Amino acid sequence: MAQLICQDLTLGYDGHVILSGLNFEVDAGDYLCIVGENGSGKSTLMKTILGLQSPMHGKVTTGDGLRRSEIGYLPQQTVVQRDFPASVWEIVLSGCQGRQGLRPFYNKADKALASENIRKMGLDALTRRCYRELSGGQQQRVLLARALCATQKILLLDEPVSGLDPRVTAEMYDLIDTLNKRDGITIIMISHDLDAAMRYASRILHIGSTVFFGSKEDYLKSDAAYTFRKEGETA
Amino acid sequence: MTEMFEKLSLYMQYPFVRYALIVGVLIALCSSLLGITLVLKRFSFIGDGLSHVAFGAMAIAAIFNMTNDMPLMLAITILSAILLLRSGQNAKIKGDAAVAMISVGALAIGYLLMNRFSKSSNLSGDVCSTLFGSTSILTLRKSEVWLCVVLSILVLIVFVLFYNKIFAVTFDEAFARATGTKASVYNLLLAVIIAVIIVLAMNLVGSLLISALVIFPALSAMRLFKSFRSVTICAAVYSVLTAALGILVSVLADTPVGSTIVAIEIAAFAVCWLAGAIKGGVRR
Ligand SMILES: Nc1ncnc2c1ncn2[C@@H]1O[C@H](COP(=O)(O)OP(=O)(O)OP(=O)(O)O)[C@@H](O)[C@H]1O
Ligand SMILES: [Mg+2]
Repeated sequence: MAQLICQDLTLGYDGHVILSGLNFEVDAGDYLCIVGENGSGKSTLMKTILGLQSPMHGKVTTGDGLRRSEIGYLPQQTVVQRDFPASVWEIVLSGCQGRQGLRPFYNKADKALASENIRKMGLDALTRRCYRELSGGQQQRVLLARALCATQKILLLDEPVSGLDPRVTAEMYDLIDTLNKRDGITIIMISHDLDAAMRYASRILHIGSTVFFGSKEDYLKSDAAYTFRKEGETA
Repeated sequence: MTEMFEKLSLYMQYPFVRYALIVGVLIALCSSLLGITLVLKRFSFIGDGLSHVAFGAMAIAAIFNMTNDMPLMLAITILSAILLLRSGQNAKIKGDAAVAMISVGALAIGYLLMNRFSKSSNLSGDVCSTLFGSTSILTLRKSEVWLCVVLSILVLIVFVLFYNKIFAVTFDEAFARATGTKASVYNLLLAVIIAVIIVLAMNLVGSLLISALVIFPALSAMRLFKSFRSVTICAAVYSVLTAALGILVSVLADTPVGSTIVAIEIAAFAVCWLAGAIKGGVRR
């Protein structure tokens, strides 16, 4: 049974359709890359999967024991105010909030999980530091650690490497790859980097004027990839 | 110096001074705690806006000759707070503009109503004291003190119990919602608490100066500290100290309570700003 099933989705804002008739499934352990031009509706799709906005038509269902609140999420741009006082520890721990229900305080297990994810992301030295004083790459890793506190199963990443330098980008991709291969976490990642998508992903979803969903081998042969690549070269 | 302490201990024997101290400190504490969230959510002026709404409600209550205007004020203010904090999310009119609109509108209508229909002989005096709070904190009745104490303690308990959720929702509402936190419920809760605090605070500093109680502790604490928890604790301590000092000074020097507290908050902010600059300078 698939972890995530999108059936006949129509996405849009205020009655204005951006994308329609979208069908795809994600299985446990998949590494799905979502590609497409700017404004094609990638972030909108992600928000719909997360339940932050409702689809205009169709539905998103979860299966395989995955609950809706167990989806970890790394937003495209976190509009965290520049003056927000928050330490790395507080932010990572807040990833455990979804499971709290009405329980007011974090327990030992939550704190252990937060420390573990901080270690996994290589942030030990920064635990007490203020989030806004970190570099872009460090901030992304903090948010990834937070997302890992919210889920052990599936991560949605919206352009996790935008604005990072090549070295940090490679590190980030490796980190995500490890999470997928070693911890078996399903990855759904939006990316503009087709080469990276080809290298790491097992499946590709291309949205835009042509829609493609399938394995990356099939994608390479498809029209969608051809036009997308070509536009990338001329741009 | 000893003279001053003698005078102070003399004043402390009057119940109205003790009441003023208790109520003032509690209200300042509550406003400062909520203030951090409000400042960070870019709702600094909601205190101002809602207090003007409460002023409008008071005017309506006066027209209908209600002896106890508290329930009506609470109801209308809570409603406005909910509307404002909700509109902040899908913002056709941005949060700050919506607050400004409601604030000015309620103030104008309130004054218009009072001017037309009030039977009071000293209208401008009434308006002045609702806006600036002047001496009303020194004229509190015992029942009002109890109401304030009970409501403040309730607010404090709710804040402590929901502290982690308030942090999650303030820091990143989209993430909180996506991972199963009922953000809209907590926003509603925040709106209700804020409205309650503002109606309470009108007794202390009057509607014009409420913003000060909301903004100054948060801004000062943010100069000095960099984690949410330390900022919260610092703002709480700051507000208690400045409120207590402000009330004592105003009793001793016979100055208006609200303005005195705000003056002291400004001075304390300057100190925090300086300390923060020095601390930052040393570290760099
Ligand atoms: N809040 C909104 N209200 C109305 N329209 C919106 C809103 N957010 C996005 N859109 C529109 O929806 C379309 C898809 O936006 P979306 O952010 O999903 O694109 P994207 O594929 O993520 O682009 P990018 O690669 O630049 O991140 C765009 O045309 C955009 O103008
Ligand atoms: Mg996007």
